[in-house]
Amino acid sequence: MWTDFLILMKQEMAVIAMIFILLFMKLGRDRSNESFMNTMNVLLLLNLILGFVFNHEGILFNEMFRTSRLIAFEKNILNLAMLIISLQSYSWLKTNKHVPEFYILMLSSLLGMFFMISSGNLLMFYLGLEMSTIPLAAAANFDLTKRRSSEGAMKLIFSSAFSSACLLFGISMLYGTTGTLVFSELPHLINNNPLQLFAFILIIAGFAFKISVVPFHLWTADVYEGAPVAVTSFLSVVSKGAVLFAFVSVLYTVFSPLAKVWYNMLFILSLLTIITGNLFAIRQENFKRFLAFSSIAQVGFILVGISRSSDISTTSVIYFVLIYVFSNLAAFGVVSLVTAVTGKENISDYKGFYKTNPGLSWVLTIALFSLAGVPPTAGFFGKFFLLIAGAGKGNYVLISIAAVNIVISLYYYLRVVKAIFMDANPTPLPSIRTPLMPKLAFIVCVAGAVTIGVVSPVYDYIYSLIVLR
Amino acid sequence: MNLTLLIIVPFLTAIAVLFCKGLKQVRTVSLAGAAVQLALVVFLLIAYWQQHTSGGSQFLFESNVMWFKPLNINYHVGIDGISLAMITLTALVVLAGTLVSWSTEKLSKEFFFLLALLSMGAYGFFISLDLFTMFFFLEVAVVPKFLLIGIWGSGKKEYSAMKLALMLMAGSALVFVGLAGIYFQANSFDVIQIAGMHIPLSVQKTFFPFAFIGFGIFTALFPFHTWVPDGHSSAPTAASMFLAGISMKLGGYGCLRVATYLMPDAAHSYAWIIILLATIAIIYGAFATMMQTDLKYINAYSSVSHCGFVLLGIGMLTKTSVNGAVLQMVSHGLMTALFFAAIGMIYSRTHTRQIAQLGGLLKVTPFISTVFTIAGLCSLGLPGFSGFVAEMTVFMGSWQNPDAWYRFATILACASIVVTAVYILRATGRSIMGPLNASYNQLTDASWNEKLAAGVLITGIVIMGVAPFLITKLIAPSTDVIMNKVLTMVK
Repeated sequence: MWTDFLILMKQEMAVIAMIFILLFMKLGRDRSNESFMNTMNVLLLLNLILGFVFNHEGILFNEMFRTSRLIAFEKNILNLAMLIISLQSYSWLKTNKHVPEFYILMLSSLLGMFFMISSGNLLMFYLGLEMSTIPLAAAANFDLTKRRSSEGAMKLIFSSAFSSACLLFGISMLYGTTGTLVFSELPHLINNNPLQLFAFILIIAGFAFKISVVPFHLWTADVYEGAPVAVTSFLSVVSKGAVLFAFVSVLYTVFSPLAKVWYNMLFILSLLTIITGNLFAIRQENFKRFLAFSSIAQVGFILVGISRSSDISTTSVIYFVLIYVFSNLAAFGVVSLVTAVTGKENISDYKGFYKTNPGLSWVLTIALFSLAGVPPTAGFFGKFFLLIAGAGKGNYVLISIAAVNIVISLYYYLRVVKAIFMDANPTPLPSIRTPLMPKLAFIVCVAGAVTIGVVSPVYDYIYSLIVLR
Repeated sequence: MNLTLLIIVPFLTAIAVLFCKGLKQVRTVSLAGAAVQLALVVFLLIAYWQQHTSGGSQFLFESNVMWFKPLNINYHVGIDGISLAMITLTALVVLAGTLVSWSTEKLSKEFFFLLALLSMGAYGFFISLDLFTMFFFLEVAVVPKFLLIGIWGSGKKEYSAMKLALMLMAGSALVFVGLAGIYFQANSFDVIQIAGMHIPLSVQKTFFPFAFIGFGIFTALFPFHTWVPDGHSSAPTAASMFLAGISMKLGGYGCLRVATYLMPDAAHSYAWIIILLATIAIIYGAFATMMQTDLKYINAYSSVSHCGFVLLGIGMLTKTSVNGAVLQMVSHGLMTALFFAAIGMIYSRTHTRQIAQLGGLLKVTPFISTVFTIAGLCSLGLPGFSGFVAEMTVFMGSWQNPDAWYRFATILACASIVVTAVYILRATGRSIMGPLNASYNQLTDASWNEKLAAGVLITGIVIMGVAPFLITKLIAPSTDVIMNKVLTMVK
């Protein structure tokens, strides 16, 4: 019996083990930053490999915790993103005094996300969500000497407290009307009761805060700008990905009786999100704010895919998050490296970047093309499938508006590409030497962003996980 | 023969270029790649001819591999006469383009890499029989152009590059909506399968405009032609050749293969709009060209006019006119590539493209000037060159359409040839003949690579002009298949 529990929760156990290893290392003799980082990178890699083996389906603790091959795969996407972020933050962490703390915060947050994705009960879900958010607020404040960093952390904690309150309010009302919080029982008890609809709206609002859907996006840009780049990329990729996975499973299981209601809601929300994200992204000068708004627009596209529940939608959403991990992290990685070395983070600083840093320029360009959805990068496939899945037969308004927005988004991504390749600049950024760790991360990201689309077995694999569920 | 080779060869060329050192290695590899492509295409022509005469099906050399099973997306390739003509055009222009950019010193590796990527997109587009695959390659061919123009271009290159990329991307966004409409109706992206079905008229009527205008933007459909002059004139020579020679043909091919073939009823109901816009483009393009003083702008605006013939031929919907449209695509591709090559050769020597500053070039650079004149004469439709054959076929086919208004449009389009003669002869006369500008006394004539590039294209133009039956025999059976479907649908 107890071995079952070890195997089913192996990914959580691995993360907990890593946290303990860090604590013991911290307690022991003084170690260099490098030794911490190298140990962590190796452990994270092992953790990633572990995620691919011994995957079983199962339920634990009265349906509080459930797992399947799909859920294990989702967690592994997050593991991969965590590994890439860890590799990329090498230059930034090298001189930092609090390396173990950084990793402990990130891993605790990751642990919370695992519990959230695996939850089979709204209470467990809520606990997981909180567990993932609170360490992040501390991490956002990690640049201890910068005021912007604390400002960002403050905004993050307030907005997430507010959204958690919304969620909790919704959950309690749902409990009041149905008398249960278990995912498998809820769908039979939901029946368009007005109070339930109200609860549903509150829960959607809570989710919308976490994945920064317009009009709940106001915290995003400030937090992204203030937090250290490693935390920003964690927020924009890992945290968003995790909440999206949980969102899909809650929406498609618990609220499946309300499909008609949420289809219209998501339809409007997704269009608002795409358009707002795009229009604001055009005007950004700071690279991190730019990526913040671009990621808002990307979430809008994901919502298009979510809006119609089908196996294809689920597949496309997970597939897109995987692509998003590679492409967004590649972009953040370059920004992280450049900021760590030169301290500059405006788009205009990147003028003439190609002259001095051709390698990094190509990484950034491929990442931006993938975000823009330009083939042969994976982003093209991701967006195409999301739109096909989300629109379904008949909803051509959605497809048309989204298609127009792909063009708008291309404009601002190309603006950066133009700065890198074409704009003349007498004093371009100095040539930056990329250490081994970030280089590895870039290779992984670029390889992913280029191949995952063309190589169809990835999509088929995700689909098979969902169909065999 | 496996058609995928046509994608693999440019791809491998692009990869190999990345590992080269120095301009010499890069250009040798690129030239080798282009030569292999041409050899493949020649082999394909022979093989196609043999199989076709022995009674092959509509599409030959098909291969169909499941790509994304859950969405019923296949990697499906195959060629008929029309695609083969387009592939031949692509191979010729790629070879000539590589030769013309022989001495690209600035970032040569990246330049040839992007050229190879662009040609990969074009080949892939022409051989695709699956709408998703086709759309994928269509977009692959867009973004390299942005970089090619923005980095190696001249004049207001950033503006032009951005304008071109956004307009073409808007075109593909429209195409996307059109494809989605077809997909949700037919539940498949496969061209052959969809052609066998009958899509309801209301669906056709909704999505035909999306697909046609989307592809139309690529081929300078009025009023969406504005990217053409800016894009062509700012681009470096090889990119101009690719743009006008290949890229604009992607649109024409798409209009025919996707919009007209798959949605024939709607093509009939909207024919009058297509013809109206095409006629405007022909006449407007011709008159706009008269006002230009820059050689590249002259060729760019005349491309708008000439591509109008392609759309006119498609809009008229008779067998002959559609044949003419395909002929015009090939002819215009070769001719305009030659024209841009000649302009590029002149520009690299005189550093100006303004007609007023040129003059008497025939005396110092006889070869280049002759090439320029040949391109000009082909453009104005002199018998013996491809332009005459193509335009003549379009006119004859258009006249076969009995509608009085359509005949009126045909007459107007015919009249534009006079205007073409005016601007071509004037440009040739002023820049090639006349007194020689003293500062150009020391100009050198074409080098071997430029001669070879021009030779390749001129061969194509002359063969097509002298023996048009060769290419007509190739494409006519395939256009017949399309037109038979279109015409039976109406009855």
